[in-house]
Amino acid sequence: MNYASYIALIPLLPLAGFVLLGIFGRKYFKNSSGIIGTGLLLISAALSIYTAYNYFFVDGKVVNAIQGSSGNGAVLSDSYQTITAIKFTWLSFSENVSIDMGIILDPISVMMLVVVTFVSLMVHIFSLGYMKGEERFATYYAFLGLFTFSMLGLVVSSNLFQIYMFWELVGVSSYLLIGYYYDKPSAVAASKKAFIVTRFADLGFLVGILILAFYGETLDFNTLITNLTSQQSSQFLAITTASFVGVSALTWGLTLVFVGGAGKSAMFPLHIWLPDAMEGPTPVSALIHAATMVVAGVYLVARLFPLFTITPVSLSIVTVVGIVSAFLAAIIACTQTDIKRVLAYSTMSQIGYMMFALGVSGYGGENGLGYTASMFHLFTHAFFKSLLFLGAGVVIHFIHSNEMKDMGGLRKYLPITNLSFLVACLAIAGIPPFAGFFSKEEILLAAYNSNKIVYLVALITSGLTAFYMFRLYFSIFWNKKTEVHDHHGEGPFSMKLPLIILGICSILAGFIPFGDYVSSDKTAMESHFNLMFSLPPVGIGVIGILLAMWMYKRESNKANKISQSLGGLYKAAYKKFYIDEIYLFITQKIIFNLIGRPAAWIDKNIVDGLMNGIANTTASVSGFIKGIQSGKVQSYAIYFFGGIVALAIVFLYLWK
Amino acid sequence: MTDIPISHILFVSTALFFIGMYGLFTRRNMITMLMSIELILNSVNINFVVFNKYLYPDKLDGIFFTIFIITIAAAEAAVAIAIIINLYRSHRSIDVETAEEMKY
Repeated sequence: MNYASYIALIPLLPLAGFVLLGIFGRKYFKNSSGIIGTGLLLISAALSIYTAYNYFFVDGKVVNAIQGSSGNGAVLSDSYQTITAIKFTWLSFSENVSIDMGIILDPISVMMLVVVTFVSLMVHIFSLGYMKGEERFATYYAFLGLFTFSMLGLVVSSNLFQIYMFWELVGVSSYLLIGYYYDKPSAVAASKKAFIVTRFADLGFLVGILILAFYGETLDFNTLITNLTSQQSSQFLAITTASFVGVSALTWGLTLVFVGGAGKSAMFPLHIWLPDAMEGPTPVSALIHAATMVVAGVYLVARLFPLFTITPVSLSIVTVVGIVSAFLAAIIACTQTDIKRVLAYSTMSQIGYMMFALGVSGYGGENGLGYTASMFHLFTHAFFKSLLFLGAGVVIHFIHSNEMKDMGGLRKYLPITNLSFLVACLAIAGIPPFAGFFSKEEILLAAYNSNKIVYLVALITSGLTAFYMFRLYFSIFWNKKTEVHDHHGEGPFSMKLPLIILGICSILAGFIPFGDYVSSDKTAMESHFNLMFSLPPVGIGVIGILLAMWMYKRESNKANKISQSLGGLYKAAYKKFYIDEIYLFITQKIIFNLIGRPAAWIDKNIVDGLMNGIANTTASVSGFIKGIQSGKVQSYAIYFFGGIVALAIVFLYLWK
Repeated sequence: MTDIPISHILFVSTALFFIGMYGLFTRRNMITMLMSIELILNSVNINFVVFNKYLYPDKLDGIFFTIFIITIAAAEAAVAIAIIINLYRSHRSIDVETAEEMKY
């Protein structure tokens, strides 16, 4: 199958949409831009699904002889191959140094293609109704196209540099979309914060890339992994022997790359931008800050996973960061009152799950369960989390407020939203047979097999997840009655359709035998299902739900009493553990005072002083001589004549 | 016919030159200044013609020069008067001192 014929269209169609709508949208396609963007993405999504079908079922699989894990002889096994569909040299510096652009297909990139185009399509459709009548409707769709293009480019990247470029493009489009309501100061501040925090993390990423590329002697993923994982290669020896502060260059490189990933994926302590990013339009939050962009960090770790498996230190950093983020975010989510912020912290918590699942995973065979589980969770999470956000979008559209206290009893007004939101909540809480159950189960199993503490924390987090999600659900759709004047109902069909489709996906996605398609060594992996094992997580989930039901189903002040009895802990969680304040303290009090001010002083007095000195000297010299230029023509003539006379005297009498 | 000595003619031309120079330096009226310049040019013309006549009577180079100078002087007078008229239109005066601000 020749993928090259159409694969490039998948990212390029949204790009075409961006260019078309970005340049001509406001003038010529004021009302049709939504349809144009959605249409282009529909083609793109169809092509992705076609690609996935071809890859997974037609020609992706190859039977090859691989070395058995025990090392005694080759065994026959079928595994998914990595196909380089397109590759060309983009920048060629010299014969050996060049930067390529390419598209590679392997199980995770194909999976991501489907997820990104599908969720993006849903968001495009949803926005047709949600963003209708906006002044910058065309610009919105242009930005969505740009984002989709960059995200697709990111997932199919064939080398580190390309992924870095698209990584930044994704950051830019996220910045543009968060700041979409640019007349709102909070949105502007949020977009700047998101951009600066992720840029700060990307600095680590860049240094990591440079370290890996320097020692690995290539940017290409496959070559890099081959070079650095084989124990005998010169590159492997170089990168493991070179060390800085007692840690090998490989560990440094991977850890720094992970810092970049953690920034994009909003992992503790770089998560502060994500809740603020909710200032953007809600469908954007669904697409970028829930389903696709924020999992880029997970994707990056998965992409370099063979390298991580040979570096236990980096892998345990991934685990710790993941589990801490998951737990912390879950606690904060229980106390927030802005529904989008609850969802934002829930996203952070779920991404923490994916991260530590990768962290506890090994390479190949049974050990690779965590890897598969992480990718599986990424896959299912994309569906139910975007569903939650779109549902929240409908609610916000209906109520015109983000605050929980303005809501309650909406189930009568918004029946479809109610149902789909319930499905998504059950899915994220890990109740069978919804999608989240299967993926979370695998993650917990992987954690159980490798580290009991991680397992325990993850289990508690899963209970918290169920609690805060149902707190949200009951507060919006049950609880007190809200008097609303129903002027536009649930919204147009374009807003309901994505909810229904995503709801169905959230129910069915869990039944996909994911291990057959995606695994760390690309061979099929059996996923076992153990009833005894799944009892505790489901049990704790149900307890969480019941607790939330008891506290929030009817209007009561039980919740207030409990929060008061918790006192300081509740306050700390409500204030997000003062992490924002710590950042402010560090940046404004320490960095600004100790580095910023002296630097400003040097700039003002020394650098500027030098320049001003030169300018002042020139000015005073010119002030001294400017009297000569009087504007009196006759005095010029006298100078002229005097000069001539002088020259005449010189040449006639003195120049002998 | 007795030849007029060359020194006489040169004296006239020098006198003419310095009269022109004096006029150029002292007058404030632009038309007068223009006339002074014409005097200077004519003194040069006389020099050319005289030297041609007395030193190289078989050649015509100096006379050609003179013709060129007269032609250019005519053109120059046209340009100068155009400038003066424009100046008059904007400043209501052809006093050279009023044009001082044009140095900027």
